[in-house]
Parts: sequence; structure tokens; C-alpha cells
Amino acid sequence: MAWNLDADKPIYAQLVEIIQMQIVSGQYKAGDRLPSVRELAAEASVNPNTMQKALAELERNGLINTQRTSGRTVTEDNELIRQTRTQLADEYIKNFFLMMKKLGYSEEEIISLIKHAAEEEK
Amino acid sequence: MEALAELRGLTKVFGNTLAVNNMNLIIPRGKIIGLLGPNGSGKTTLIKMMNGLLMPTAGTILINGQTPGVATKAKVAYLPERTYLQNGMKVCDIVDFFCDFYEDFDRERAFTMLSNLAIPFTAPLKTLSKGTKEKVQLILVMSRRADLYILDEPIAGVDPAARDYILRTIITNYNENSSILLSTHLITDIENILDEVILVRSGQILAHMEVDQIRTEYGQSVDAYFRRVFAC
Repeated sequence: MAWNLDADKPIYAQLVEIIQMQIVSGQYKAGDRLPSVRELAAEASVNPNTMQKALAELERNGLINTQRTSGRTVTEDNELIRQTRTQLADEYIKNFFLMMKKLGYSEEEIISLIKHAAEEEK
Repeated sequence: MEALAELRGLTKVFGNTLAVNNMNLIIPRGKIIGLLGPNGSGKTTLIKMMNGLLMPTAGTILINGQTPGVATKAKVAYLPERTYLQNGMKVCDIVDFFCDFYEDFDRERAFTMLSNLAIPFTAPLKTLSKGTKEKVQLILVMSRRADLYILDEPIAGVDPAARDYILRTIITNYNENSSILLSTHLITDIENILDEVILVRSGQILAHMEVDQIRTEYGQSVDAYFRRVFAC
């Protein structure tokens, strides 16, 4: 199954987001070895050079390390993973508020709607 | 490292028609490049010249530093727009045929791909559907360990599931020294696997950009960009 990618955003940026998500959600745990660029590219159905670029970006952020002999591994820095999680959450919330405000809701209304939805989830 | 292919001032005239008009192009190694353009924009003429099937009216083509000929054909795997295989031949005989013809042909890879796509080895080509014939031809071309793969409309008649398989095969098979140049109108299906796209209009190169560059600059997919640029 190819990864679900949007048509209007750069592919590499979306790959970065998806892999971040896989790490934050524990699909790849701290210290885990990642599949090779080619394997990941085939899994996502994207160009290997684009996947390489996404992994390089994650390396710069410190979320991924390159081992000389054993390929790439997820960082063992749990604090960094937690920070990434908070960052992602902030972004989602920002986007959510943006969309809700477009629909004409005030901040108080949005919060009360969220509370209501959370009640129903239970 | 030297470019894989280099085109300079390439021009082709048919009678009164200027099919390819002063094209300059460098194809680096290790890239998957889409050749996109409306019907009649010169894509197939360009491809035929690169494969030595048409002589340029003016300009030069160098592949691995050589003009198209016997030496480049040993290094270029070409999928033409129309099939040239004998309808009466069996699939396995055609594989043998390619084995004899091309030193870089990987027989095992061909049979693996044939069985993954459930194509019967002993079936005569004429008993296969149009789409299956296309798959056979593409498998033969992709089973070579060539430097340059030139594919003219490779997935047009192939069903979506097989298309995914073929794209995955392209991703996993090519190496950093080889490149793939493919022409297609099915941009949405292939744009995620491309490094770069070349847009041609009226025999000229309109743009040569990375896929993510188009998405970043214009905020739209290559498919949407194409529809906008070439809107009728």
C-alpha cells in the first residue's frame, strides 16, 4: 500500500511528516533500525532520491542517526521524540482552529464543541 | 561524472513541420525523468532520435559520449510506442530472444516479473490481451541492466494494480548509475516516483524542473500544473 500523499504539497516534506508520525506513534521505537532507503521508497511508492532527502532532513533534526555499519536508526533520545510529538500536536491544533474559524466559530464555541465531542466519545 | 546523455541544438524537420526545434538537454545519472507534453509536441520524435531510429536534421545526441548506434543500443533499453514482437512467438521464446540479443539481459529478473504478474510463460503472444502484451514488452525492457531506459508511454494500457507493481519494480530495479526517461500522459500515477519533469511544447523544452520544485513554487501537483500550462 503506497503512503497517502497530498497532490499539492512537496512530496519530501510529506514523507518527513509521515516518518515523524511513525516514530512519535511508536511504530518505530527509540533505537529501532529503519528499512533501507530503497525499501522505504518502494513501500511509499516514491522516488528513492526523494526518500533520501526526507531522511537527510530527519537526520538534521536529530530524530534519525546514521550508523556506519548498520544503516539508519531512530534516535534513543526520548526527550527529542516527546518534543517532536508536542510540535506535531501544536500544528494539528493550529490547523484545526484555523478551519473552525473559517466555518465561523468563536474560540469559546470551538472549545465547548470539543468538550461535547469528547463526552460523546466516552 | 559525465552526463548520461547530452542533446545539443537537436532539430528534426518533417517536410514543412518542425517536430523538434533546437532542444538542449542534459540527462544526469540516477534519475527518473518524466517527459511530458500534449499530443504532437515532439516527445516520440525526440525518443526515436535518441534510439537511432530517426536521424536529426541538425544538432547532436551523445549517450555515454557516443552518438546513437550499435554501441549505445547495447546500453539503452527502449520501449517503443508500438510493439515489434512476433505475435506467434511464445512468451518464453521471446525471453530467449532477448537473452541472445542483449548481453545485459537478466533472464531471472524477467521470469520473476512474469510470474509475479501471473503471465503464462508458454502462451503464444497472440493469445494474450492487449494490456498483458504491454506488460510482457515492458518486463523485457526492464529486465535489462541498461544505463538508460527510454520508455514511450509505458503504462497506458495496463490495469491500476499492475501499474503499481510496475512502478515499484522501476523504483527497486534502477541503480544510481542508470536513469529512466519516460513519456506519459498518466501524470498523477507516476509523479511521485519522478525526480524531474521535462515539459515540451511544439518541439521545444518549456521547462525542466524537479517535481518538488513545481509543488513548492506553484503549490500544485505536476498534473495540475500541466493542465494549467497546456489548457486548451
